[in-house]
Amino acid sequence: MNPPPFSLSPLGRRRQRQERLAQGVLAGMVLALVLPLLALVGYLLVKGAPLLSWSFLTTNPTQGMRAGGIWPALLGTIYLVVMALIVATPVGVLCAIYLNEYARETWLTRLIHLAVVNLAGVPSIVHALFGLGAFVLFAGLGRSILAASLTLAIMTLPVIITSTREALAAVPMAFREACWNVGASRWQTIRHVVLPNAVSGILTGVILQVSRTAGETAPIMFTGAVFYKKIAAGDLFAYSLRDQCMALSMHLYTVTTQVTNAPEALPYAIAVVLLVAVLAVNALAIALRVRLRTRKKW
Amino acid sequence: MSETPLETLRRHRPRWDRVGERAVEGLIRLCGYSAILFVLGIFLFVFREGAPLLPKLDWGRVLLSPEWYPTSRMHVRYGVAAMIAGTLSVTALAMVLAVPFGLGAAIFVSEFCTGRVKETLKIVIELLAAIPSIVWGFIGLSVTNRLIQTYLPAPVGLNLFNAACLLALMSVPIIVSIGEDALKAVPDSYREAALALGATRWQTVYRVLLPAARHGLLAAVLLGVGRAIGETMAVLMATGHANQFPRSLFDPIRTLTATIAAELGETAVGSDHYRMLFVIGLMLFTITFIVNLLADLAVRGVRNKTG
Repeated sequence: MNPPPFSLSPLGRRRQRQERLAQGVLAGMVLALVLPLLALVGYLLVKGAPLLSWSFLTTNPTQGMRAGGIWPALLGTIYLVVMALIVATPVGVLCAIYLNEYARETWLTRLIHLAVVNLAGVPSIVHALFGLGAFVLFAGLGRSILAASLTLAIMTLPVIITSTREALAAVPMAFREACWNVGASRWQTIRHVVLPNAVSGILTGVILQVSRTAGETAPIMFTGAVFYKKIAAGDLFAYSLRDQCMALSMHLYTVTTQVTNAPEALPYAIAVVLLVAVLAVNALAIALRVRLRTRKKW
Repeated sequence: MSETPLETLRRHRPRWDRVGERAVEGLIRLCGYSAILFVLGIFLFVFREGAPLLPKLDWGRVLLSPEWYPTSRMHVRYGVAAMIAGTLSVTALAMVLAVPFGLGAAIFVSEFCTGRVKETLKIVIELLAAIPSIVWGFIGLSVTNRLIQTYLPAPVGLNLFNAACLLALMSVPIIVSIGEDALKAVPDSYREAALALGATRWQTVYRVLLPAARHGLLAAVLLGVGRAIGETMAVLMATGHANQFPRSLFDPIRTLTATIAAELGETAVGSDHYRMLFVIGLMLFTITFIVNLLADLAVRGVRNKTG
């Protein structure tokens, strides 16, 4: 007897079962990654909510950091991130321009590429040791915002190089060729054609780095961040570059591990501020990238 | 010989413009080389601080003894064996958790999803990567700590298992994004050929894509390993920081990175203890250097084959 039409053979049924099983298991794995993330963020928000207010952001900590706000830490983090990116962005972008626009495939280029990959892989605590040895002690900067942000700059450099390189590589070769053919030199081509077309991609990479840098703790612990420093509340220029500063990430570490009898909500509130700041900046970068992709004309 | 119009054009550019261009190109070249300079710089400066101690160390004892008594008054001992065991065990356990989930998610995102779902998942995983390690550490200390104490037969919540879970969540995004790149790099003709033979999607993944992308997937795993070895703040807060060989999943441990972070602040600059922490830094630098080199070789293996 023939099997009825349009029904699967036993082998076909087994294959279908396998396919469904695989899909189910893989989807389950993704859910297992995504759900804890949402649950954790929600949990932190709920626990930290009672303390969150405008004055929490803009006042100094009081009573041995058990009460009051987080203003010095917030401002310190802003200083560190801005300084680090002011240093790292030009160097990183120029390095990427060299790798993508000038360098030919030689052993030297290969070596630079390897250096970038390894620089990205150096543990953050080793960056801290380097910052302490090179900037704090050797260069004589002392523990200061300057030393800490230089350390952070070297840490962010490889990622800026990689993302800028991708942005440059996304500019079609034909654009460059057209420009060379009307007599422009290599640098003129880069300046007037390649960079304008890549600038939003570069910007996205840099913005993503803002959020990574803001969360770093280990590299600044020994190079410029301190447990406590009182500054004028609400004054944006309260720190000078040779000062030590507080930082959000360091403050979270201090409050959770060193301060006894802190109110339970306090570390949650600090974590929420840090997390929301980081995720917001990240979301901004992602939104920029999505808009960019839809507007792209080639 | 008359010059071509192109050459005329170039010759007529003002002198300052040409000099300026030379200068800019020099600067670009310099920045290009700077990456090498920084890697060498990191090694040199860490080495410089640790070097005076190196001849004084008994390496057999340092690498094999778990006895870490850097501030003992009678008999100072710098054994890092237990910390190496701690670093290795937490990394290994984290990878046992992260690799299946990471690669599974990479396969799901790359092969089973399309359009909006795919974009959303990629964004969520990217956001997962953005959570700072100090926040993970705090979560380990305050959330998973309590969960483990309540639901698992563990006397303390700050232990190997806790830290490994956090490290797994931290290294998954890297594994997913690099793994997805590796799968994307497999030519579509492979997929079409498998489809034409009547393979289901899972059969295509299992029999065709995984073997074809294995170098890239290996690189993804190695980069995850590198991230886990070098992680500092999360393991400092979630491992319990006890200098001992782990005997079970729920033993507190201590890692190389956490030791530096915890003790550097308390040492006097130039003391032996201070220099020993830089020696540990050198070890970490060397280990991650090797892991990253291997990952890079794995990726290059792919390029040479397909290219």
